[in-house]
Amino acid sequence: MQALYAQLLVGLINGSFYALLSLGLAVIFGMLNIINFAHGALYMMGAFVAYFLLNLGGISYWWALLFAPIIVGIFGMILERTMLKFLTGLDHLYGLLLTFGIALIVQGVFQNFFGSSGLPYAIPDQLKGGMNLGFMFLPIYRGWVVIFSLVVCLATWFLIEKTRLGAYLRAATENPTLVRAFGINVPRMITLTYGLGVGLAALAGVLSAPINQVRPLMGADLIIVVFAVVVIGGMGSIMGSIITGFALGVIEGLTKYFYPEASNTVVFVLMVLVLLVKPTGLTGRAA
Amino acid sequence: MKKSIASLLLGTALAVTTAGAAFAQDKTVKIGALSDQSGLYADLGGPGSTLAAQMAVEDSGLAAKGWKIDIISGDHQNKPDIGTAIARQWFDVDKVDIIVDVPNSGVALAVNNVVKEKNGVYINSGAATSDLTNAQCSPNTVHWTYDTYMLAHTTGQALVKAGGDTWFFLTADYAFGAALERDTTAVITANGGKVVGGVKHPLNTPDFSSFLLQAQASKAKIIGLANAGGDTTNTIKQAAEFGIVKGGQKLAALLLFLTDVKAIGLETAQGLNFTETFYWDMNDQTRAFSKRFSEKMKNGAMPTMVQAGVYAGVRHYLKALDALGGNPHDGVKVVDKMKSMPTEDELFGKGEIQPNGRTIHNAYLFEVKKPSESKGPWDFYKLVGTVSGDQAFTPLSESKCALLKK
Amino acid sequence: MTALTDDTLPVTPRAMRDEMIVFVVMALLLVAVPFSGIYPFFVMQALCFALLACAFNLLIGYGGLLSFGHAMFMGTAGYCSAHALKVWALPPELGILVGIVAAFGLSLITGFISIRRQGIYFSMITLALSQLLYFIYLQAPFTHGEDGIQGIPQGHMFGVLDLSKPTVLYYVVLVGFLAGFLLIYRIINSPFGEVLKSIRENEPRAISLGYRTDQYKFLAFVLSGTLAGFAGALKVFVAQNASLTDVHWTMSGEVVLMTLVGGLGTIFGPVVGAFAIIAMQQYLAGFGQWVTVIQGSIFVICVLTFRRGVVGEVAHYFRRSL
Repeated sequence: MQALYAQLLVGLINGSFYALLSLGLAVIFGMLNIINFAHGALYMMGAFVAYFLLNLGGISYWWALLFAPIIVGIFGMILERTMLKFLTGLDHLYGLLLTFGIALIVQGVFQNFFGSSGLPYAIPDQLKGGMNLGFMFLPIYRGWVVIFSLVVCLATWFLIEKTRLGAYLRAATENPTLVRAFGINVPRMITLTYGLGVGLAALAGVLSAPINQVRPLMGADLIIVVFAVVVIGGMGSIMGSIITGFALGVIEGLTKYFYPEASNTVVFVLMVLVLLVKPTGLTGRAA
Repeated sequence: MKKSIASLLLGTALAVTTAGAAFAQDKTVKIGALSDQSGLYADLGGPGSTLAAQMAVEDSGLAAKGWKIDIISGDHQNKPDIGTAIARQWFDVDKVDIIVDVPNSGVALAVNNVVKEKNGVYINSGAATSDLTNAQCSPNTVHWTYDTYMLAHTTGQALVKAGGDTWFFLTADYAFGAALERDTTAVITANGGKVVGGVKHPLNTPDFSSFLLQAQASKAKIIGLANAGGDTTNTIKQAAEFGIVKGGQKLAALLLFLTDVKAIGLETAQGLNFTETFYWDMNDQTRAFSKRFSEKMKNGAMPTMVQAGVYAGVRHYLKALDALGGNPHDGVKVVDKMKSMPTEDELFGKGEIQPNGRTIHNAYLFEVKKPSESKGPWDFYKLVGTVSGDQAFTPLSESKCALLKK
Repeated sequence: MTALTDDTLPVTPRAMRDEMIVFVVMALLLVAVPFSGIYPFFVMQALCFALLACAFNLLIGYGGLLSFGHAMFMGTAGYCSAHALKVWALPPELGILVGIVAAFGLSLITGFISIRRQGIYFSMITLALSQLLYFIYLQAPFTHGEDGIQGIPQGHMFGVLDLSKPTVLYYVVLVGFLAGFLLIYRIINSPFGEVLKSIRENEPRAISLGYRTDQYKFLAFVLSGTLAGFAGALKVFVAQNASLTDVHWTMSGEVVLMTLVGGLGTIFGPVVGAFAIIAMQQYLAGFGQWVTVIQGSIFVICVLTFRRGVVGEVAHYFRRSL
């Protein structure tokens, strides 16, 4: 039984990464109607930026949590201004393929310069060590990840669902012409939204740098799982993707205990089952 | 295609009518370095393997004897389809004589069939599967550097003898991982140890904490990592986080490369045990070679054992050609010659190629140094033990290779 | 959903004539390949993928359904054919049949599950199903995991055609491809195809006209899946192996790219796209680490500048349907 508690907790930790990443995807899909295949590559960039900040600029992990999302977010906004904005009104497929191409380019360039085996990034001194919870040994860093990402997720949800800025955003996706008539710069809002979504991906990258090897392909396999999370939660639903992210982490954790071979596949089983019962995901709107 | 069939017919006709003397004229060789240039294995093979092949050609001194040797390289992108297509084209169109490297067992086995069909030469250094010299052995193939049997035996035996008699396995859920676990388990039980548990994880798992908790709970003295690449580095990194080594358990990585240790960093990797057949800092000769190699690499990397194996393999191949006095463009003939000559080079020392194509040379058990012990950017290993080739690799009596039945 | 394609032009006798001319030219070119000095194995591989892309195109270009798991049909047929040839030692024609039947069965099941989902949810459920299948093939002993089924015997087709001879194999693959291509062409121009296109353009209207659209879509899905399986079975003879890469999601992605580069909803587009992508993989192999960057750039340029694909843009320029 003790082992099971441990697995649940560990699952929750993984769930926080899924939640952060799927949240970014959901924000982008909700506002831009683009399925951002480059999300994994941008997550990877976040981790790399943290590495460079530390090793070239001597900037610590704590500042990287702030700067890396901003730097990658600006990169994302440039992408949006120069490429993605031309896809407005087109089928989802084109956004998917364009961002897929971007992901290939970004991953290829990083691989070329830094190789495939990656770079080390140490856990910051303040978060080293762990504590014994009785049923498991919990590294302090992992505890930090859960709490921090939960806060970020709720803050993002609040920003979009409860503030005036969020209201504009939501209105702009529903009816851009009308919102523009109120004197609001819709294209700029869209650019900022993409930057926000991308920044969330980069933030997840910084958080994972001390746990996972900082590798060019670290996001490539994750992205498909995160897609599944977003679909299960309902495309574009902010709360849906947060809850599904954490829940999936827990379910995956249990699978790792009972049938570990299937732990990467269980998310797809869930997706099929959910879509059979609820055709647009748990909380989603029609595509 | 017609043209090449015609030339093939012409070639055989010539071969029948004229004897060996005719070949003495032909001193052209084309080497194809087929590797993963952009994916998971690009660091341990990739461009470094092509460089190693080039250095082998330069060091052979055959150019001065009138030989003309070309090297081309290709990227199999870890897809068997692309690997075989490139190999076929190399043989049919580019007239390649020999293919070297080929990491990734799936691609390696697929290319193995093509080389046999086209009667070329195949020196594999990058793939782990011991099938290449067992069930799927071929008269055209030589397998250098390492295989799953060797990894399992050397590491398993050494650690059990040193008192690590209870094991827990973290195994990548695919054929390579299963083979490693199976072979290591056999060695552990044969030496009086016990496997208390294990867990199979999917390939490319980003998070190992669930599995590490299970390993921790098992109280096994040794946690054997039967996985590779990113999976191994992530496991090691997260094991440090969960205080596994501090808690008294030992990690044994069954397959780890120099570039992996570099990627994890000594801080995290210290104390790890694993087996390799080459390390740059073994003696003056390996240091001299590695220095030259590193100067030509884009990021100044030292050679891995896979790249060293490519170098040694090509050197031996060229020696065999030199001894034949010309290139017969007949794979089986050249490989037979290679098998008949003992191998000796600066990197692997003395050895031999067995009839099943397995190259036999020493294997070494290493331990990763503490950061305080390391004197340079690539100073990583302490030599813990040496296992002679006949102890490390599959004995001929156990090999399932059909070539041995003759 | 906005329209993905640009074939608002009516099907006129003239359009039919154009298409037949292009088809004959294409067939003649392909027949001439072995005499041209072009490497036939490359062309054979491209032909298999071209057929796969055409089958995929039947679903998206004419049915408006984006399947993100089409590799599962090719991979399943590949594994089953390979197993039939190697372990059961069946002759080639029966081996192909086994593969086709397997893909047919699979498409019945997956079609039944996925066909009622709309838009992006359809894509995602096909992706999920193909990932499930990937897991099953990874676990199943007969696929030999990541080593794959290797050294598959090519044998004698109908007891007389020796498939180990490259030229013979080439023509067998070519005949298979042309047959599959013509079948798809026939389907597209049949009354069934017309209904399919009307569903793509406006499903509610098609429903109100009394069509049971789900049944039409289901039939299109099964046809597409089975033809993809045929392509997979042919590929076994060319590659002589069947491996996990053929069922991986990246392969499904590649099929989408081939069709997009060539031109969605065009008859010849997928063929052009398949040749372009396979040639890229083959001839860029020498560029080493830059391959992925070059590929990525091509996709970006394709989406930003010639969204109709190569054939689509050409057809649009001449105002013809191709």
